[in-house]
Amino acid sequence: MEKPNLSFIKEIAGDDEEFQNSILDIIKKEFPEEAKMFNQNFASKDYNEAANNVHKLKHKISLLGLEKGLEIASAFEIDLKKGKTQLHNNFLEILNKIHVYLYH
Amino acid sequence: MDCIIIDDDATARLIIKQFCLKSERINVLEEFSSAIDAIKYLNNNSNIDLIYLDIHMPTFSGFDFIKTLNNPPKIILTTSDKNLALEAFEYKSVVDYLVKPITFERYNKSLEKLDVLPTKDETTLNDINKSEYIYVNVDRRLVKVNIASIYLIEAKGDYINIKTNKKNYIVHSTLKKIQDKLPFNMFFKVHRSFIINFSEIIDIEDNSVLVRQDVVPVSRSNKSELMKKLNLL
Repeated sequence: MEKPNLSFIKEIAGDDEEFQNSILDIIKKEFPEEAKMFNQNFASKDYNEAANNVHKLKHKISLLGLEKGLEIASAFEIDLKKGKTQLHNNFLEILNKIHVYLYH
Repeated sequence: MDCIIIDDDATARLIIKQFCLKSERINVLEEFSSAIDAIKYLNNNSNIDLIYLDIHMPTFSGFDFIKTLNNPPKIILTTSDKNLALEAFEYKSVVDYLVKPITFERYNKSLEKLDVLPTKDETTLNDINKSEYIYVNVDRRLVKVNIASIYLIEAKGDYINIKTNKKNYIVHSTLKKIQDKLPFNMFFKVHRSFIINFSEIIDIEDNSVLVRQDVVPVSRSNKSELMKKLNLL
């Protein structure tokens, strides 16, 4: 089971630790708000808007090295636009993993 | 080279900004989280050479944004969608298409592409220097057509009908291909199936324009741009 990691951020930022930390800081700052927006839109069955939230979260999922997670999120985004919600739990698992990694 | 960055994702903006700094070639003047704010900025700042533009943004997409620009600078699109590349390169000003997350190596490759495409000024110059004639393939013969004599071009399936003072030519081609050969200050695509010669417009009414004896539809999205280009009293 894949876990969030810094490998991709390190690849982007190279040896520049300050750059690495800046990326991580913004992710930490933006992630809870984006996850909250997703949960709200999903709960109110605004699946189109929820798909937009998933789209934005995809960048963070890939930055944190979750390749499988990115595949699930991409499929979920397409599904949501068609009103299909089967991947909801799988997506929540990804969000949860990221939450634990960033804040614990 | 001066650029602006448009992306609703702050992480993406930070990464592009850092890459620009590192490359020492691109100077970031401003960054925007919405395309609307960028349009306001560009109305007062026309000296931008390059825009890093996210496609997928709420309310106003990157493609919507490009359509609002009259004389766009070079544009490098950034997106998490791999499948929009075809649409992206329909826009002449688009130099490259970067899929997020973007690595520095891939970013550098896009800079190489910047050198290949002409700058905004060079594009205008190329338009002036465009030939007065084009050669079109009619029944396996290459026929010389004076560009100024063309008053209307209509797309019909896989063919285009080029209407001139003297005669009409049915040619196996697309509007996009012929539009690239025509001076932009003389011709305008008013509808997905029609290109008109400005100087041949007789009158404009609601959503149509009379070009000589032909009534040509004007799509809603192109109407405002058409009105901007006309010498209105």
